[in-house]
Amino acid sequence: MATAIAIARVKDLFASVMLTGIYSLLSAVFFVLMDAVDVAFTEASVGAGISTILMLSTLTLTGQYEDPTRHKTRTALVVVLVTGALLIFGTADMPRFGDPQTPVQTHVGPHYLEKSYEEIHVPNVVTSVLASYRGFDTFGETVVIFAAGIGVLSLLGFSGRKEKTTISVSAPMYQHRILRVVGKVLIPPILLFALYVQFHGDFGPGGGFQAGVIFAAAIILYTMLFGRQAAEEVIKLSWVRLLAAVGVMLYGSVGLISFLNGKNFLDYSALAADAVSGQHYGILLVELGVGITVTAVMILVFFSFAGRVDKKAEENE
Amino acid sequence: MILSSHFNYWIVIVLMMIGFFIVISHGNLVKKLMGLSIFQTSVFILYISMGKVAGGTAPILDEAYSVYSNPLPHVLILTAIVVGIATTALGLALVVRINEAYGSIEEGDIEMQDCDKLDKENANK
Repeated sequence: MATAIAIARVKDLFASVMLTGIYSLLSAVFFVLMDAVDVAFTEASVGAGISTILMLSTLTLTGQYEDPTRHKTRTALVVVLVTGALLIFGTADMPRFGDPQTPVQTHVGPHYLEKSYEEIHVPNVVTSVLASYRGFDTFGETVVIFAAGIGVLSLLGFSGRKEKTTISVSAPMYQHRILRVVGKVLIPPILLFALYVQFHGDFGPGGGFQAGVIFAAAIILYTMLFGRQAAEEVIKLSWVRLLAAVGVMLYGSVGLISFLNGKNFLDYSALAADAVSGQHYGILLVELGVGITVTAVMILVFFSFAGRVDKKAEENE
Repeated sequence: MILSSHFNYWIVIVLMMIGFFIVISHGNLVKKLMGLSIFQTSVFILYISMGKVAGGTAPILDEAYSVYSNPLPHVLILTAIVVGIATTALGLALVVRINEAYGSIEEGDIEMQDCDKLDKENANK
């Protein structure tokens, strides 16, 4: 909470970006304390990793300091205090923290916990709810991520590719030999870990969303160390763009297959002879689809920001 | 005792209000997005804290445990975090474009420029 207040106070935007990273890590700790390991995993990799990098690249483009003269502090404070007081008054009717008898705990939650092992045979209940019971919901969210990726691309786009022999500014860490060597050693284990998270999501915390973000983080790290040109030689951006769509399509076509077999959309029991192994195939494919889309979109978003930074540097030269 | 049983909501409300304060009081668009993400995280904490069961453990089934926290809020928030970063990225992209068009990301500057433009157009008529 102190971190959040500090974010509000600090005028230097660079410092506040760093503070948001710390804030994300702290909230990940909150989530672990409240038993949400999957959520903590995602928050740590997204909040402390990707979002910090994106905020920093925006700052490179827009400038580091904010204008302190224009704050409407007093009115805002009054509005905030009144709203806060009303909200706290409202919590008097809320159920107690940790109470097992609240409406939240007595609706569908117990069904998932008691029946999911029989029906789906996956120990991590979060994965089975995510990919199977609420598969349609997750499909929608994957499409939202895909759409946001398209949005960023159409706003920032890739500028016409000018081949430059010099090291671009998007490789700010190139001069540091230690970072380069350590980074080179770290990248393969990160990629491997992402794959482990992807395919081990049935048994422990993990799944497509987290794996996608970690995988993208490895590639972003490579880009920051060796420059955009080097990274574009490793991964073709047109392929990545295609992959973003392939992930959504994989998810959707799993649904269509069950359609064509006379079952409901995303009813995985249509995928194999018996329902339980059908569920396994379904969850595996769907998580793979999510993972591919998330990875591709995160890489694309990062590259379009980095492309802008490069372009700006060229104009300044 | 209401203090010990509702403190989770109060933490959420304080965080939410800090986020809200940043959004309405600061003119810098990047700062506004940061405020928005603090607000967002407070909602995440609200959901997760409602799913917590006293004495429960993480919802990964194992014979050694019998009390688990509710997995449903976890699923909702897990996806919401990733969707959140995707939308934040979209917001930041818009900020970058605004900066290119106006040369500023301070709300006041942008409004001033818009007003000047309107005045000029009216003067021409």
